[in-house]
Amino acid sequence: MLAIVGTVPQLEFPVAAARTSLRNGDLCLQERKIPIKRGTPALLAAAIQTLITLGRNEPFGYLVGDVGSGEGSQKLYQYLAQEMKETSFQTVIFHYLQPHIGWHSRILSILQKKDPKPILIADAGFMYVAKMSGRSSAYDLFTPDLGELAFLADELAPHPFYTRGFLLYEENRVPDLIARAYQHGNAARYLLVKGKRDYVANKDGIQAIVDSPMEEAMEAIGGTGDTLTGILGALVDSGMELGRAAILAARVNRLAGHHAKPSPGTQVGEIIQHIPKALEEALKGQEEVDGRP
Amino acid sequence: MGAFGFLKKKSEEFEENHNGDRGFLVFENTSEVIQAENLLKKKGWEIRVMGPPPEIRSGCDLVIEFPLIEELKITKVLQDAGIPPLQVVPVNSPLLEPVNLFQIKDFGRYLMVQAANMKLTVEKESLTIVNISGGGCPDVPYLAEQMIGKGLKDAPSPREIGHTLCGYALQLAYEEMKRRCLP
Repeated sequence: MLAIVGTVPQLEFPVAAARTSLRNGDLCLQERKIPIKRGTPALLAAAIQTLITLGRNEPFGYLVGDVGSGEGSQKLYQYLAQEMKETSFQTVIFHYLQPHIGWHSRILSILQKKDPKPILIADAGFMYVAKMSGRSSAYDLFTPDLGELAFLADELAPHPFYTRGFLLYEENRVPDLIARAYQHGNAARYLLVKGKRDYVANKDGIQAIVDSPMEEAMEAIGGTGDTLTGILGALVDSGMELGRAAILAARVNRLAGHHAKPSPGTQVGEIIQHIPKALEEALKGQEEVDGRP
Repeated sequence: MGAFGFLKKKSEEFEENHNGDRGFLVFENTSEVIQAENLLKKKGWEIRVMGPPPEIRSGCDLVIEFPLIEELKITKVLQDAGIPPLQVVPVNSPLLEPVNLFQIKDFGRYLMVQAANMKLTVEKESLTIVNISGGGCPDVPYLAEQMIGKGLKDAPSPREIGHTLCGYALQLAYEEMKRRCLP
């Protein structure tokens, strides 16, 4: 089963842990309805759409309200430190949490003692804290964008805000940045670098590039990275090998974006509803490729 | 456990970067350090006063260590109290400076400005903020909800309602967008 850990932008939202679902365009957890705009709700919605299309159960969500002060994240960390000892998830995605090295170490230590160890995917704040604490290699997959890749490649930077200028913003330097991130131990077993082109890489270098369909507007739309991570987590949880799941997730996210006919003003909810169709298309395309003599 | 299992465990612990999420606030004099310490502790932040590392060549002989991710909120609180720090630096790399490069993308009807990991997009004609993307700190979805759909002139600034370094990066993108679009 897939577990997704993150935050929602509501101050009063308490720590909540339950199986999630979609109802009338909202994310539902217990009796709570959460609008799907971006962030962890968008990630969860994308994962749900993917899992349902694959005929699997919806993911389990661990959520708390946090608007940036870190108070909600702190409560969720405390809860997880108790709760995670008793769980047996196959895949866990950590997302928008306030980075805190001490709590990160405690949670990671609990998960690493599990047998079998769950597949660990980190994005957003939890990817930042994994790198800050020097524990990136304990993870199976990170999903940085180009700016975040430069941060992973900068062995000194504690946050993307402090990434040194000479590492920033050059698409043609992606192979070097990936190599540098692995050289300094600041990458997970796999990287899915999202951007104009999506790169799937591991310590041996770039394994695949996915660049079609290309919708320039996707870069401006908040939450399209979150949907990519949600689709990916769902595919991995269905038993697909990490590298293959990363390539397929990139294709599905791009197709879903393409079907939404996006402009830079499009909101991510308009894209999420196209994920089932995009997944079916991508799976069909993959079967044709796999079956090719 | 194999013969070297213990050593491996110790080595892994040693490699962990315990200060990677901390920063230093540098002040003009010790009086300001004491005022800032009292204020920040009163507001519940985990901070401590200590001697500065050799790389820091400005300010007095005391600095305040603080949770770096909350740089935006903490510096605003100090500025509002009339004790702005001279300098804010990461503990592990005090010579690092915030990102000061912007990437601009013109989509025709829309303009996008990127600072560090944050992107802000406006519709040029109405100057309405239509999207905010990137970032990984929990104030990003909140800032997006508060700013999207509002005019560039009327939207609350990330400095006023944000907390984190992602909020800080969004503030820089917001200022750059205003510089380019507003008279």
